[in-house]
Amino acid sequence: MATLVQPELNVASALAPKPVIRVEDVHKYYDLGETKVHALRGVSLEIAPGEFVAIMGASGSGKSTFMNLLGCLDTPTSGHYYLEGVDVAQLAKKDLASIRNRKLGFVFQGFNLLARTTALENVELPTLYAHLPKEERLERAKRALQMVGLGERMEHFPSQLSGGQQQRVAIARGLVNQPSILLADEPTGNLDSRTSVEIMQIFQDLNDQGLTVVLVTHEPDIAHYAKRTIVFRDGKIRRDEPVVNRPRAAEVLRTLPTLED
Amino acid sequence: MDFISILRIALRALARNKMRSILTMLGIIIGVGAVIATVGVGQGAQQQVQNNIASMGTNLVFVSAGSVNRGGIRLGGGATKTLVYDDMKAILQESPAVASAAPGSSAPAQVVFDNNNWYTRVNGTEPQYFDIRAWPMTSGASFTDDDVRTSADVAVLGETVRQNLFGSADPVGQTVRIGNLPFQVVGVLTAKGQSGMGADQDDAIYVPITTLQKKITGQPWLQNIMVSAVSQQASYAAQEQITALLRDRHRIRPGQDDDFQVRNLADVAQLADQSSRIMTLLLASIASVSLIVGGIGIMNIMLVSVTERTREIGIRIAIGAQEADVLKQFLSEAVVMSLIGGAIGILFGAGSSLGISRVLHWPISISPMAVLAAVVFSTMVGIFFGYYPARKAAQLDPIEALRFE
Repeated sequence: MATLVQPELNVASALAPKPVIRVEDVHKYYDLGETKVHALRGVSLEIAPGEFVAIMGASGSGKSTFMNLLGCLDTPTSGHYYLEGVDVAQLAKKDLASIRNRKLGFVFQGFNLLARTTALENVELPTLYAHLPKEERLERAKRALQMVGLGERMEHFPSQLSGGQQQRVAIARGLVNQPSILLADEPTGNLDSRTSVEIMQIFQDLNDQGLTVVLVTHEPDIAHYAKRTIVFRDGKIRRDEPVVNRPRAAEVLRTLPTLED
Repeated sequence: MDFISILRIALRALARNKMRSILTMLGIIIGVGAVIATVGVGQGAQQQVQNNIASMGTNLVFVSAGSVNRGGIRLGGGATKTLVYDDMKAILQESPAVASAAPGSSAPAQVVFDNNNWYTRVNGTEPQYFDIRAWPMTSGASFTDDDVRTSADVAVLGETVRQNLFGSADPVGQTVRIGNLPFQVVGVLTAKGQSGMGADQDDAIYVPITTLQKKITGQPWLQNIMVSAVSQQASYAAQEQITALLRDRHRIRPGQDDDFQVRNLADVAQLADQSSRIMTLLLASIASVSLIVGGIGIMNIMLVSVTERTREIGIRIAIGAQEADVLKQFLSEAVVMSLIGGAIGILFGAGSSLGISRVLHWPISISPMAVLAAVVFSTMVGIFFGYYPARKAAQLDPIEALRFE
């Protein structure tokens, strides 16, 4: 789309960071028997690398549908989704799976760890599907667990870990294949207030190191830890603004009472 | 993922629900066990039949009076009267492939010694019969050509008859009554066991043919002629020569059925082998049905397992498992189950057929072919019945699956 008429603009856009996510006029319809639900009604946005985006909205606003699209778990009915420049909407199931494995990390509200499997093995799972050799798999898994502060609990089962620790394992799993983006769907929904802030600290630390983080939440307090807030309503983006007075989770933790108090 | 990892992961998944896995495997164990056992027993029976036939001699040709009906039913011994002693002499003189021949006729009779009696068959023949049959005596000797010439009242006992009348005592020199006639026992035959057709060869008495014809049956014709060919290869030529000769002597026109039957023991052996082979195949096929039932059991449990693990499958797909990865995971669980079940089934079936062989005194026969086939079949059952559930798992929509409770 570059033209020869405005060369200055070309240089400028060439210097600006390419968006890691670019969504163009995306629509999503669901077929529910007789009715057709228009879940996304023309959503467009760009997310640059290193951003920390919080997506908010009531249920039915389309935010979950949008996250599923971002996560390549579903494809838009129309429109384009460019992930690192590649039009994902056109890709086959095989390729989408590969993208989910290598470019994206997922964190869910319910942790979604495999029971009766150790923390280390849980974190190792994405590397198995990436067909990496055994030594490298273990290396990466151990490093990811250390990054979230669980180096001492690698052989524990999820049932032996607290909610916060389980979510850390889930985050480590999301990081193990060194993705470009971490997608989190209500990551603090099942956690108490202090643990929620601990988790937000991890996200902020990872974001500081350059990881792009997109999370969905319905709690404004949690969204406040992000750098940019996007609000969905009725399948469209209603507000898209930077966060003002963004708190540092580490500092907030110092002011919070511990559970023993 | 290499083979060992797949195996390890599958075993771990199966171990999560040991009871369920074992119960599911039971279907395969029984299926494979039944097939191996029936094939083992069937092949043992085949071997036993071959052994029995071989014990009758290898270049024997059996001529019997009476034609063959469509259904292969032979007319009774007394029905056809055209086979005579002179036929036998002609066969000996005019068939170059024939080495020796002995006449045969028989009748049922009650035999008595002291307080013991026994209902058996009295066979009339000539001394060369025992050479043709390669049948030595354990005691005494056969009757002689002189005995035949004089229609002497002498008898040779089979082992079963000896046991029932004399226990383990030596009967040579004693007198038994056959019908109402006294006969002197001159010899006892060694035990031969069952014939290829299942009859007890030792449950018989042999007397001179002339004695039988004149004093017991009153019938001058022969029921059969036992012929030995000069060699095993010559037995077919002997068969042809005898057939031609008898057709000529009995004035049978071309197109007419023979009024006799000439059977080559080699053919009999082949027929018996064929029929026991078919029997084994039939039994094995029926047993295979249980293998199918076992496979259905696997499919059933795998479907339950997939439903139970819907969430887990959703997670795996979300973090990047390909359809092929999920398919491989669940298919391998099914195949591992059926392979382990198959292995146990082989041991179980082999043990059973060994036990049965021991009880029936049959030769033991567990063919490596059957074992290999069992392994292959188990694998195929696992793949076939595990495929549908595995595919269901692989094609789950991750979004729906993650919502599953």
